[in-house]
Amino acid sequence: MNEASLIGLLVATVSFGALLYLAALGELLAEKAGVLNLGVEGMMAIGAVTAFIAGVELENPWAALVVAMISGAALASVHGFFTVALGAEQVVSGLSLTILGIGLAAYLGKDYVGLPPGAKLEPVQWGGLSDLPWVGPIFFNQAPLVYLALVMGVAVSLVLSNTRLGLALRAAGESASSTDSAGHSVLGLRLSAVAAGGALAGASGAYLTLSLTPQWAEGLTAGRGWIAVALVIFGAWRPGRVAWGALLFGGTLALKTRLQTFGVDFSPIILSMLPYLLTLAILLAISVRSRKRPSPSPTALGLAYRREER
Amino acid sequence: MTQTPSPTDESQLAVQLSEVWKTFPGVVANAGVELNVRPRTIHALLGENGAGKSTLMNILAGVYRPDRGELKLHGRAHQFRNPADALSAGIGMVHQEFRLIPSFSVAENVVLGSAPSVIKTRQIEARVAAMADKFGLRVDPAQPLWQLSMGERQKVEILKVLWRDAQVLILDEPTTVLTPDEVHELGEILRRMADDGRCIIFISHKLHEVSGICDEATVLRLGKTVASSLDMATTDSTELARLMVGASPTTPDRPAAATPGVALLELKELSARGDRGIDAFSDVSFQINSGEIVGIAGVAGNGQRELADVIAGLRPSTRGSLIMNDADMTTASPRQRFLSGLCYIPEDRLGVGLAPRLSITDNAILRVYRQQRRGPFIVAEKALSYCKGIIERFGVRSGDVDGPIAALSGGNLQRLLVGRELDSQPSVVVAAQPTRGLDVQGVKAIQDLLLERRNAGAAVLMISEDLDELLTLTDRLLVMEGGNIRGEFDPRTASRQEVGLAMLADTTAISQP
Repeated sequence: MNEASLIGLLVATVSFGALLYLAALGELLAEKAGVLNLGVEGMMAIGAVTAFIAGVELENPWAALVVAMISGAALASVHGFFTVALGAEQVVSGLSLTILGIGLAAYLGKDYVGLPPGAKLEPVQWGGLSDLPWVGPIFFNQAPLVYLALVMGVAVSLVLSNTRLGLALRAAGESASSTDSAGHSVLGLRLSAVAAGGALAGASGAYLTLSLTPQWAEGLTAGRGWIAVALVIFGAWRPGRVAWGALLFGGTLALKTRLQTFGVDFSPIILSMLPYLLTLAILLAISVRSRKRPSPSPTALGLAYRREER
Repeated sequence: MTQTPSPTDESQLAVQLSEVWKTFPGVVANAGVELNVRPRTIHALLGENGAGKSTLMNILAGVYRPDRGELKLHGRAHQFRNPADALSAGIGMVHQEFRLIPSFSVAENVVLGSAPSVIKTRQIEARVAAMADKFGLRVDPAQPLWQLSMGERQKVEILKVLWRDAQVLILDEPTTVLTPDEVHELGEILRRMADDGRCIIFISHKLHEVSGICDEATVLRLGKTVASSLDMATTDSTELARLMVGASPTTPDRPAAATPGVALLELKELSARGDRGIDAFSDVSFQINSGEIVGIAGVAGNGQRELADVIAGLRPSTRGSLIMNDADMTTASPRQRFLSGLCYIPEDRLGVGLAPRLSITDNAILRVYRQQRRGPFIVAEKALSYCKGIIERFGVRSGDVDGPIAALSGGNLQRLLVGRELDSQPSVVVAAQPTRGLDVQGVKAIQDLLLERRNAGAAVLMISEDLDELLTLTDRLLVMEGGNIRGEFDPRTASRQEVGLAMLADTTAISQP
């Protein structure tokens, strides 16, 4: 293993980490408001394909990103409508959303498979910083969405802990009836959290087709949406911890394709199980610890709310 | 300001509710209720369970909308569409079930309803602390709520309403979760609030607490106001209890006296915790003999439900022992208890007693499915004929026996459940609220089945909130209050009133001969 390939690994770790982080932040928002959305994979697929199509048709990467975010939010709102407005089972609806999103993406993208990208988000240059050894390529020569992920992470964290909106949102995820009786609209809070989460998943998908790959093919998301779901648990529903988890899981994704070039005889299949194994370990730790204190998981997660009548 | 404002002087009244009607499907909860509350007072709203207190207060707090009736605050008419309307009119309610978020800090819980758009934690905590100090509510605003005791949580609930500047505070049964010291402290806090110009409506059915804390009392019974704005200083608790419980309506026929035999069920200083981790009942001792029905009377939530669960083996006991048919069953599994002759008719029929979405047949064989099998498989014909047997013997009117049981009416559900439980000829029967919600025929059928078991030599424990039922059906009557047995009565001679007083934990009643 030489210096260049190690730097390459770290660069990929950060970019994969940002990819996962965007999607996981979206999931975190929805879950904090009490809605489990297992459709992340589907929303990412829709984000990826719509970004690619918009890139080809509009030839503007930023417009493509916006299109992807709107598409992701729209798909998420389907889930929101069924689970929040109608009180449908969140797991079933979320799984359906994944299947729907992947299928819809394949259908929309069938004429775009293998086409060259119409627009790309090129890495951002930070002047002298980008030329620094190690730090330059790893942190200061990344695609714009890496920095967006960072900004969104800080923003989500601040909003959740330091604003009335965040307080109400977290309350909706802890106890819908308390939130309702405090005069906040549980419906509104949850629907907007789910939609915002969908927009972030869409952005994460757009990152694939506008920078990382950048091409469209069926199955492009390759299970990364599921890693994002696991990541939220791994990070104990805290944006900061999720960020570290994203780097760790991003690292496993980056390492997977490089194992052979490093000459390590280790099955990449085992490596791709690692995020899920770590998440199981965290779940175990949470359940052991929560005998003494409440679990970090939002209490009302997965529970539909209907204003009680006698 | 006049010295003694008469209740009819509208502008002097902080709250005036008149002719309030509210019906729920099948139930008239409020039938023309009156309530007049003067400012700067603590007003008790008394009544038994189901008297309509909570409904009335939910109307005042904007949770329910009345069918009819008038609501005036300081002489001005109001109509609330939702709790937010009531809050902005200055009415805040502390519900019996706390609406707090365990993972939030005290301050976060307090400000949730009206927080500034940007929250500076330190600043918020300081403001909450200042407000808490003013009324003597000792809580640490930075502490996470889950670490707090029930008493402290109640203070947080009170702070929540104060934070929104409520002038009228409604406390729904605030003392149920408090220790006696905390009750005393609460009284002082409420007095401070009243002196500050607010008024407090204190819902309760515990007379001795009310008389120590409140200035005036309104008594509801069966959805109607039976006494309005009584002066607590001049009204004695016997009078209040009589108003709450009412006179015995009929003199029903009582079944032939039992000939009790040996003790089949014996509780020795049994204690257990409730869902909140505090003692639900403690040091409960009694025995039930063969051929005897023993009743437990009490207002809901005084440990009866937990007691039934512990006897059935669904809840662990923390101290004491439970002996059934001469065998120690303190730690036995529910199945062991069933095999040694216990049957349990739970209060929650469709949740604990039956599986709502399973078919009638499947529910019928839940206890005895091991007898309907061949190898690992259930034999459908055997199961069906067993089910049909129960349906016939216990008069269940069922449609499709393969349909979900939840489709049955309440009376038929209970017949099937009771039938299933009694079919195994149990020697010990625990029945929790077995006739609640049933129509006259259903009540009679279930009561007859229980009597039949008693006459066949079983020991029957019957927990009910229906005092009349207990007085006519049982051979001995225990009263449970605050997790303790407060007294034993002979239902043949006991009056409704003296049992009622014991249920309401008026200590003067217990010392009576």
